Amino acid sequence: MEDLVSAFGLLARIDVLVALLIGSIGGVIIGAIPGVGAAVAIAILLPATFSLEPLVGLTMLLGIYGSSMYGGSIPAILINTPGTAVNALTTYDGYPMTKAGEARRAISLAYSASFFGGVFGILCLILLSPVLAWIAPQFGSREIFLAALLGIILVVLAHRGQIFAAGMLACFGIFLNTIGLEPIKYTQRFTFGQSWLSSGIDLIVVVLGLFALSQAFVLMVDKDDSPRAQPLKGSLFSGMKELFGHKRVATVASSFGVLMGMIPGVGEFTAQFMSYTYAQKTSKKPELFGKGSPEGLIASESANNAVPAAAMIPLLALGIPGEALTAMMLSVFYVHNVIPGPQLFQNDMDFVLALYIAMLVLNVLVLIFLLFSTNLLTKIIQIPTRFLGIVIMILSFVGVYSLRNSIVDCAIAAGFGVFGLVLKRLNLPVVPIILGMVLGGIMETKLRSSMARVKTPLDFIDRPIAAILFAIIVLVIILHIRTLVIEHRNRQPETDHDLHDTQMR
Amino acid sequence: MLVQIKTLKQLFQRHRRPGNLFFATFFLILSLFLLSQIGNQTVWKSSTKFYAQPALWPIVSLVGMALFALLNWISAWVSPKIAGRWLEIQFWLRSFEYVLWFMAYVYVVPLLGYLPSTVLFAVVLALRVGYRTPKMIGFSVLMAVSVVVVFKSFLQVRVPGGQIYEWLPDFMRSFMLTYF
Repeated sequence: MEDLVSAFGLLARIDVLVALLIGSIGGVIIGAIPGVGAAVAIAILLPATFSLEPLVGLTMLLGIYGSSMYGGSIPAILINTPGTAVNALTTYDGYPMTKAGEARRAISLAYSASFFGGVFGILCLILLSPVLAWIAPQFGSREIFLAALLGIILVVLAHRGQIFAAGMLACFGIFLNTIGLEPIKYTQRFTFGQSWLSSGIDLIVVVLGLFALSQAFVLMVDKDDSPRAQPLKGSLFSGMKELFGHKRVATVASSFGVLMGMIPGVGEFTAQFMSYTYAQKTSKKPELFGKGSPEGLIASESANNAVPAAAMIPLLALGIPGEALTAMMLSVFYVHNVIPGPQLFQNDMDFVLALYIAMLVLNVLVLIFLLFSTNLLTKIIQIPTRFLGIVIMILSFVGVYSLRNSIVDCAIAAGFGVFGLVLKRLNLPVVPIILGMVLGGIMETKLRSSMARVKTPLDFIDRPIAAILFAIIVLVIILHIRTLVIEHRNRQPETDHDLHDTQMR
Repeated sequence: MLVQIKTLKQLFQRHRRPGNLFFATFFLILSLFLLSQIGNQTVWKSSTKFYAQPALWPIVSLVGMALFALLNWISAWVSPKIAGRWLEIQFWLRSFEYVLWFMAYVYVVPLLGYLPSTVLFAVVLALRVGYRTPKMIGFSVLMAVSVVVVFKSFLQVRVPGGQIYEWLPDFMRSFMLTYF
């Protein structure tokens, strides 16, 4: 109770509230524009948030993270182009509803389902807090090492059809993190005698290159486009009532979102697929799925919006980010010497609670904003793509250059920009590189600190949580091989799809 | 247009695109080159346990990278060729023009100052990508000024003032150096 009062005290400041407002409304707008996702926006804003207090900076970034998916559903439903990657599944039922003249109903339902998923995720996070506060201190170095290893394995295995590429990119990320002067024996690693490589390659520079500059290059080189969306007529308040009629689907979908969000390296896609499959299997009208089913839309939007809150669990409790956006947020913690992990729950519970409350408030703010401004957003969607490219490039400059006024950083970011463009064009994932960089660093430190007390290899897993994590790693690999064998036996002709191309936007 | 996805396999499946083999070859060569440099670029200390060796993680990552790159290359090599490889590579190469624009912007900012360089860069790039109407040029100027005002004037991000500001009259110089 004391922590709760203290948390409200932390939030009741004008700078935090302004950050929350900018983050949530900015996030919706960014999400609504196809071509800019939360990742691009967070990458650009990261260096600017370093000068802010941790809570202010994190509130703004969380605002963008939590609200971009709301905005992303608008173009997904109206013009069949997902605003953010995780709205791809929303196009399946949302766009057919628009074609059938039910755009207003679809948008209203998407907002309601998103709100439900968002709030459900945060409530789960709040309810789980005592458990997390109890379990997190039991994670020592070896458990965190194993959890990070599990995250790397899962992010590689999650990229079906491109596992080899995802594996090599994750290893590339781990390698990038090793470049420079290492802090233990002070030896140079892969600097090739170049002084500018001694300080290593900054994560933010790589992130800005891979996410922001690459997108600017893609948009400017590609053909110009200006998506047109029809304005909506009528009230958007009816969705909540309709959602109530499908509360079972919304609850199950949100639960999948929470569950998948908590596991590093898995995320929204799996959650959405599982909830969509569940909704279809248990529906009275399964034939409507993919042709404008409200249940399909609810499953998709509830699941993806429940993920951000859940994704904060491994980040806050263990200091392990599960995907690119939380990996970026980790750097905000580091810059301010706030080390997320077990100690955070023991010593700064009010800070953690303040983040939860901020997330709750942002969902309310976003819903209110959207109910009154959707038609304005349909106009923003129309920004020509090449112009958007120019905007992203100019903003990327602020991001990279303001870090340490280094021209070399800008050149490295531009290099990663081209690399990111090639990966996007080849339909290859960018996320394994970022997770490799972050989790690789964690694994190196934690392995070193944990091995001092390990005499035989079995000692490494002689604690219950370490043993469980190790068992999960083995199980995941065995299950993956089993699935491959089964799928190989029941081979079907492949259907090419551009789901992951849209993920790159 | 998205197609209907029916199985978990289909959902996660990422399909190959033209240029795949070219990239796989490039990455394999890069991995093997880096792997060959381990002896020169890292140190293996004789009196240190393996887990604290400075060379451990570069070795782990590069062996993994080379192994996966080899498997990726084999998979690309045995897969049917997709038409349009060279067109795709041309697309990649065209992005270098914008790298040059970006680096030119980076070099110009400390000389001309953040506000003038950003406005200039936004307008020139708008013209370069094909926007000719006064409306779009106007939007470009507005966007550039807004970015500078938000980031430099309000958020006070660290972007140095331009050398050209030294030529300004005294009363304007420090104002411009601080806010634009």
